[in-house]
Amino acid sequence: MTVPNILSVLIWLPIVGGLAVFACRRNADAARWLALLVTLATFIVSLGLLTGFVPDGPLMQFVENHAWITALKSNYALAADGIAIALIVLTTFTTILVVVASWGPIRERVSQYMAATLLLEGFLIGVFSTTDALLFYVFFEAMLIPMFIIIGVWGGPRRVYATLKFFIYTFFGSIFMLIALIYLHLKTGEFSLAAFAAAPLSMTEQAWLFFAFFAGFAIKVPMWPVHTWLPDAHVEAPTGGSITLAAIMLKVGGYGFIRFSLPITPDASIEYAWVMVALSLIAIIYVGYVALAQEDMKKLVAYSSVCHMGFVTLGVFIAVALVRMDGNLGAARLATQGAMVQMISHGVVSGAMFACIGVMYDRLHTRTITEYGGLANVMPWFAAFMVMFSMANTGLPGTSGFVGEFMIILASFQHSPLVALAAAFTLVISAGYTLWLVKRIIYGEIKNEKVAAMPDLNIREWVVLAAFAAAVIGIGVYPKPLTDLMEPAVQQLVQQLTTAKV
Amino acid sequence: MYANLKAFIVNRVGDWGFVVGIAGALFWFGSLDYATVFAAALEPGAATYTVEIFPGHPWHVATIVCLCLFVGAMGKSAQVPLHVWLPDSMEGPTPISALIHAATMVTAGIFMVARMSPLYELSDVALSVVLVIGATTAFFTGLIGIVQNDIKRVVAYSTLSQLGYMTVALGVSAYAGGVYHLMTHAFFKALLFLGAGSVIIAMHHDQDMRRMGGLAKYMPITCVTMWLGSLALVAAPGFSGFFSKDLIIEAVAESQRWGAGYAYYCVMAGVFVTALYSFRLLYMTFHGKEHFVVEQGRHGVHDDQHQPGRLDHPPRESPWVVTVPLVLLAIPSVMIGWPTVAPALFGGWFGGSIRVAPANDVLAILGREFHGPLAMTLHGFTQPTFWIALAGFIVATYVWLYNPGVADKAKNALRPIYNLLDRKYWVNEVYDALFITGGIRMGRGFWKGGEVAVVDGAVNGSSTLVGRTAGVVRWIQSGYLYHYAFAMILGLIALMGWLWWITLRVPV
Repeated sequence: MTVPNILSVLIWLPIVGGLAVFACRRNADAARWLALLVTLATFIVSLGLLTGFVPDGPLMQFVENHAWITALKSNYALAADGIAIALIVLTTFTTILVVVASWGPIRERVSQYMAATLLLEGFLIGVFSTTDALLFYVFFEAMLIPMFIIIGVWGGPRRVYATLKFFIYTFFGSIFMLIALIYLHLKTGEFSLAAFAAAPLSMTEQAWLFFAFFAGFAIKVPMWPVHTWLPDAHVEAPTGGSITLAAIMLKVGGYGFIRFSLPITPDASIEYAWVMVALSLIAIIYVGYVALAQEDMKKLVAYSSVCHMGFVTLGVFIAVALVRMDGNLGAARLATQGAMVQMISHGVVSGAMFACIGVMYDRLHTRTITEYGGLANVMPWFAAFMVMFSMANTGLPGTSGFVGEFMIILASFQHSPLVALAAAFTLVISAGYTLWLVKRIIYGEIKNEKVAAMPDLNIREWVVLAAFAAAVIGIGVYPKPLTDLMEPAVQQLVQQLTTAKV
Repeated sequence: MYANLKAFIVNRVGDWGFVVGIAGALFWFGSLDYATVFAAALEPGAATYTVEIFPGHPWHVATIVCLCLFVGAMGKSAQVPLHVWLPDSMEGPTPISALIHAATMVTAGIFMVARMSPLYELSDVALSVVLVIGATTAFFTGLIGIVQNDIKRVVAYSTLSQLGYMTVALGVSAYAGGVYHLMTHAFFKALLFLGAGSVIIAMHHDQDMRRMGGLAKYMPITCVTMWLGSLALVAAPGFSGFFSKDLIIEAVAESQRWGAGYAYYCVMAGVFVTALYSFRLLYMTFHGKEHFVVEQGRHGVHDDQHQPGRLDHPPRESPWVVTVPLVLLAIPSVMIGWPTVAPALFGGWFGGSIRVAPANDVLAILGREFHGPLAMTLHGFTQPTFWIALAGFIVATYVWLYNPGVADKAKNALRPIYNLLDRKYWVNEVYDALFITGGIRMGRGFWKGGEVAVVDGAVNGSSTLVGRTAGVVRWIQSGYLYHYAFAMILGLIALMGWLWWITLRVPV
């Protein structure tokens, strides 16, 4: 069963729902329940994308197209392919868990918090489902606002510094993207992504556009060295904000590379693929070492996010290199699929890790690793979940973390064995920082009486972690439905790369 | 706690190579399906396929892939230099040690290389590396076993050494021999571990052999079964270990591969070493003087509060749940070689699963001289390996049974060598300094130096710069009308002056 105009419904249901939640100012519980109801409804509607998607059908499905700003020839154009659908469902799924995870911890201005979360969900779905560049830009910027508010109002002690850094960083990047979009608009007279992709562009033009997009998306991913906003934002953000940030918002960057950089500037992408690959490898190895040294667990997981997202950019640009330098389309598809699976997997795994940290923070109000120890003795359920997600974070086979990284390493070897060797180092370093974290927090002697008094998971926390666990294991054991869903889009993307613009 | 982290991460280092090896196999054959890959490996040209990792230096893909895969095997099967995790994993419960570290998990690497024999046959270089690594492991980790006092650690280092023997077999293309030793070893090593466990129970969780001795009369079943297991381990002719180990040594002797000479010395010396530590274990545990004190009347003291070497009652034979498995494992440890040696090694048990190039097939040469298990056993008594093992037995008997003072004297006389072995060649210390402490220190350096100082420094610096500039520019925006008017007049004067100057210079 698929709702008509399903993408519009998915965008506006949470936004309108969010405004309604906002109105429940007097009654915090009503706000929580209404928010849960809206996210559940959105999730159920989004399942219609999976059931309604025709694998052999046209690439872009669920198309909606209405004139929006006629003077600019910008349309309210929505459509989704497999890649977009996977990310939309990830968004609707995760947002439910964000609402549940925020149920207890958020006690002040509940209605506003829930409203911000729902608005954010709507904007994110908008980003993933539009095929109009201007509309994309609107959603891309709009989603900063609720996140800015979530960190700035419900965040930790240094929230003002973190929010400003987060906002200025990302806004700085998107300005360049806006300039690129305006240039492309002047060139083509339209704002549709298809027109942009078809636009003939010289190498110089492409290079400028490529770096403009790079500014916008690399900061979002975030790639080294424009990543330092992320640890600060995570550390100050409330648990729900962290989950959304890590699980979904970072994906916008990877999605942007796939939707904008590759189709619009294919020749510049190949020209600078080595830069992107190098930056990705730095993210994987160097940032891995940085993660090892962290004393704050949220920072540790934030840096590990940078490492894992490094695989996404590596996969995408190795694919470019494979197509254009080696003519190896099969391996390019493998790399792109790997990047996509890695995005979804990182969404669940990092979301789960931040949820786990939230559980601990709610009990002890500290994120310093050395304050914890021996949790396995007092919180067995929690320990079981945390260890499982940590295994996923290190990319153990059978968890979702393995699938994407493995595909990308396999594909990288076909371009350069040395890149594969460097990328595979993640097996060692990610095991190092993640297991050392687990060892210090979960195992060993019970640290002190405060730790000894920590209660195990309540039912809400259990539900959140169990849902994440189901996704982690599900994708890890049987990723085929996911890859099948994205395969047509990936094929099209790789095919598109074969044709040079200059 | 440290041990499990170490086991995981060292294995991850192995996986690092393994994953790259898998990627290489995909690159080489375009498939990861065994049947497809092995069929493609038969095609001419498969062995000479090259890739230029560094421009201008073509490398054989076969060699790269096999070496990378072997790194994975080194992790799982604990070969030098990735052997460090296995002895530490003996911290785990003894039955787990028996299961994982003797019979199942550590064999994964050996199995994998044997499984991939069609690929390994294409690269002599890779096989030579396998051979040298295996021989090194077989000899040098065995030496460590001689100086250990923890009963489980002796068995653990013995496992390392035996895994080395299996790897040597792989290295000389006697894959069937490696897998066969894997099988026989599983029985007697599980037996030795469980026997050690039985002893540990009797000693109230004390594992130090220096506080044992003379246990034979208290626990006869454990003692007899462990003797049988040890005889199998030292390859006494007729015991299961004899058929597999003797065959490996013969195969090395026949092999023409680079490194086979070195490997031959290692495995031969290893026989002596094996006898030394095996009988040392038996004598220190079951024979000679009792080194523990029985204090009657200390009943009711909780196990944890036991002082080492002080028991509240004489040691007892373990209950049947412990002894029955020992007996059941002792039977195959003694006998399994007789019915299996012929089919497994020379009878084509493995069929086409193991592929050996005719030029490398040392087992075929040995097969021509093989006339049944009985003949092999009798022949075994005439072989140098038997005499070397016997020498080891005699030395061990003299040193640890009849004249224990010699051991201490030797220890003092050979202090540097003793220290080298006691500290396990300082490998752990070096790894700790290099990779653990070094890694964390490097991470801190990257974090404080790279992240906070450089990257964030640049970010915050640029925002400070904007702030400073704004602070300066702010003075201009004073808001006073007369300031602006004054500035306008100044500007007007400057502009007029400039125009005047230009017109002067241009000839009219």
